[in-house]
Amino acid sequence: MEKPELVTLTERQKKARRNRSIAIGLALAALVIIFYVATLAKSGSGFIGQ
Amino acid sequence: MSEATAGDYLALLKPRVMSLVVFTAFVGLIAAPGVPNPLLAVIAILAIAIGAGASGALNMWYDADIDAIMTRTATRPVPSGRVSAGEALSFGLILSVLSVMTLGVLVNWLSASLLAFTIFFYAVIYTMWLKRWTPQNIVIGGAAGAIPPVIGWAAATGTVSLESVILFLIIFLWTPPHFWALALFKAGDYERAGIPMMPNVAGEASTRKQIFVYALLLAPVGVLPGLFGYTTAGYGVAALLLGLGFVWYSWKVLLMRDEDRAMKPAKALFGYSLLYLFAIFAAYLADNVIGRALVLGGV
Repeated sequence: MEKPELVTLTERQKKARRNRSIAIGLALAALVIIFYVATLAKSGSGFIGQ
Repeated sequence: MSEATAGDYLALLKPRVMSLVVFTAFVGLIAAPGVPNPLLAVIAILAIAIGAGASGALNMWYDADIDAIMTRTATRPVPSGRVSAGEALSFGLILSVLSVMTLGVLVNWLSASLLAFTIFFYAVIYTMWLKRWTPQNIVIGGAAGAIPPVIGWAAATGTVSLESVILFLIIFLWTPPHFWALALFKAGDYERAGIPMMPNVAGEASTRKQIFVYALLLAPVGVLPGLFGYTTAGYGVAALLLGLGFVWYSWKVLLMRDEDRAMKPAKALFGYSLLYLFAIFAAYLADNVIGRALVLGGV
């Protein structure tokens, strides 16, 4: 069986990927918080209701 | 594997254009009657900003070939090779859907529909069709850039009113002289890229005349909110002075000679037009906020 060809990332590529991963993580976390808080606000429950 | 950073993806969103969209949408949202939930107002502005950014990313995906030719745009992420065209397309499409759905689910569907229409209009009607076809590209395409205050208004009220349409008209009439001033001193760039901007098609003299005509139309429309009683006379005076300034700078462009290659009047008009748009919307916002504060204070 042939060995699969592996891609070796350069340091620069690794750094860029880490940078993108952090940005995606933060964006997703922000989205979750936005939808959670907005749902509370729209349902008018508690301290942030209209 | 790509070497693109988060900053490159941020550049795909055209942050400078986005800031103008955010500001004008914010003015529409705040000027609308009633007091919107502050949290939902922030979410609305965020969604509008992301939607505007998404259309910028789609524009950069489609226009990568001509962006590579023009000095002003050659360093953008796609033509410079930092982001692939496919990545820019995916990024733009995902953000388009996300921003429209967020606005629809959390705020209201009228504003979401307007945002979806704006993205479609900018990416498909303007970028894919008008831009490479007619010198009226930025006249018609300018509608996309003019809608944000209407979206802001719709986000706050769930409706569209004449007042928000006037805000639309101000940006709509401002767009041609703003871009044609740029096209005058960047005509070589547009020529090389094969984009039929007005100076390349109708000539510089015709463009200068058309700039002046649009300035004559823009100045009174800027004053309309005051004449219709939507604002105080304070805004009306500010808008009148700003409009007269616009006509003055356009007049200087009209008088520009054909052999003038430095084109200082065109550059001055381009700079002033940016100031004009910011100032007139800031005046509108200030007038509205001060008016509400006085009412709340019982004055």
